[in-house]
Amino acid sequence: MNSFKKIGVVVALVMVFVACQDKSKPNYQYMPNMYEAVGYETYQKVDILPNMQEAMVPPANTVPRGWMPYEYENTLEGKELARLQVSPLDSLQKEANLAKGAELYNIYCAICHGPKGKGQGTLVKREKILGVPSYADVGRNVTVGTAFHTIQYGLNSMGSYASQMNTEEMWQVSEYVMKLKQDLTK
Amino acid sequence: MKKVTYRNQISKILGISLVVLLLSSFSLIAQEEGPCGPGDAAKGKALFNQNCAACHALNRKMTGPALANVATRLSEDEGLDCDWIYSWIKNSPGKIKSGDAYANKIYAEYNQAAMTAFPTLSDQDINDILAYTAAAPAPAPAATEVAAADGGAADKGGVSSEVILGALVLVFALLVFMLMSVRKTLKRVMEANGVDVESEEISGVPLWKAFAKNQFLILVSVILLLLGGAYFAYGWMMQVGVDQGYEPVQPIHYSHRIHAGDNKIECKYCHSSARKSKTSGIPSLNVCMNCHKSIYQVADATLAEGKKYGIDYNEEIGKLYAAVGWDEENQKYTGESKPVEWIRVHNLPDFAYFNHSQHVEVGKIECQTCHGPVEEMEIMSQYSPLTMGWCVNCHRETNVQVEGNEYYAKIHKELSKKYGVETLTAAQMGGLECGKCHY
Repeated sequence: MNSFKKIGVVVALVMVFVACQDKSKPNYQYMPNMYEAVGYETYQKVDILPNMQEAMVPPANTVPRGWMPYEYENTLEGKELARLQVSPLDSLQKEANLAKGAELYNIYCAICHGPKGKGQGTLVKREKILGVPSYADVGRNVTVGTAFHTIQYGLNSMGSYASQMNTEEMWQVSEYVMKLKQDLTK
Repeated sequence: MKKVTYRNQISKILGISLVVLLLSSFSLIAQEEGPCGPGDAAKGKALFNQNCAACHALNRKMTGPALANVATRLSEDEGLDCDWIYSWIKNSPGKIKSGDAYANKIYAEYNQAAMTAFPTLSDQDINDILAYTAAAPAPAPAATEVAAADGGAADKGGVSSEVILGALVLVFALLVFMLMSVRKTLKRVMEANGVDVESEEISGVPLWKAFAKNQFLILVSVILLLLGGAYFAYGWMMQVGVDQGYEPVQPIHYSHRIHAGDNKIECKYCHSSARKSKTSGIPSLNVCMNCHKSIYQVADATLAEGKKYGIDYNEEIGKLYAAVGWDEENQKYTGESKPVEWIRVHNLPDFAYFNHSQHVEVGKIECQTCHGPVEEMEIMSQYSPLTMGWCVNCHRETNVQVEGNEYYAKIHKELSKKYGVETLTAAQMGGLECGKCHY
């Protein structure tokens, strides 16, 4: 009987230790001063900054690195004006731009618009998001300028992608969209 | 008697035919007259999902108004006929420009979001769509029933495994009890037969005294104890500062399993700065809203899955809307947002430098190599130890991606000549030098 009690105590102790392991808390550190940065870290909570966060939007009237000011407004008139705009990318580098555009398209756009631009991405097929049009849709008359305008500002249910890609990348994707449209209408 | 049975039969036939009628009512509606002429609701549904559903739902305001029974409502409330609907769908910008009163009113009401013109839809297509909007039933009660049923099923799965465990414990307890009672009865039998059990046990020296007298045994056991203690002490000290398996509770429950696993969204869709910068950014909430503007609640099956984890996914989407300041009712941003305090999972100490873009873009290393099967994680947890030994090990084993990277063209040639190898590992490129990561 005695040995049973002892085994019981050991099991109980082990259970207590296992139960104390809290995966939702970080482990101890040897020297926290060497682990934690003196400067502000990305996304850190900082009491003195607006919203108490290190991450901030760029100040008004400044241009973030990699982005260029866009002259057309986020209105229908702006979109019509943008329709005639041509891509500023070097046409001699078309192959490289299209390759990069394809890579980015598959990350950001294909999930809804589908790998071929028919509007049959995974989310559409799984009926999470509906009504994604094909680029070949006559009523939309997609041009490289409107594609860029739409990526820049979003349109109706689609959001803006200007926070995920810089200006050059958005043009590369726009050019790739035009290539997809060409392939679809062929 | 005869008459009564006869009447019963009639009522039976009537009842059966009523059931048949009810069962087939959906197809009946599909063939019925639509509000603007005959239309096929099934075809209409396909067209609706393809063309309209991005901005319109049946019973809910989205970018555009709800469309259930739109034709009847328009003709009753606004006195607009089917021709108005045809011309509006085929060319809504033209309708607005022509100064049509209701067209301009609805355009202004919905934040001047323009409806795309659909010149490709024929009158018949529109009739089909209208038939669908007229036929669609209010889905709310059925949906909750299904969810409840699914939830019950999920609960059952959880219970059954618990029941099995409980039964196992019971069986073991029974075994122990039986062994003990067997021992007891054997003892009793021995006592009854006159065998002296106790005296045998007591005779001789107690075990611990015999142990204390044997010095060699003591020495060996002390050494063993010390070695064992050192082993465990070493193990304990090596895990200090290592957060493998860390899975904090986030302010908004975000399931990588659903997003990256089920829906196959690219990692870099949300963590876009991993391509460009040192940190693989936490997406700002506008990235969430790219999809969740449309996805305001999860599918019933997904909701039932969430019950397994004790999570109501729809509530979590509500938290997102509250944080980003999205007014679901009016489909507008209120402008009152508050930051979400995400808890960082992977965190390198300040004395080690790590750059995501270098590994993701140049090295072409899959996210899963370090972060593990994220697409299966309901709660994000740290997969790798992120210790120096782990880093160095990978640098020793991984070959550098030199194809198509002109930067390495010359260095690669000279280094591979120096080492006499075909492919270069990251370590041979200097990936083991202290100053690469510690400065």
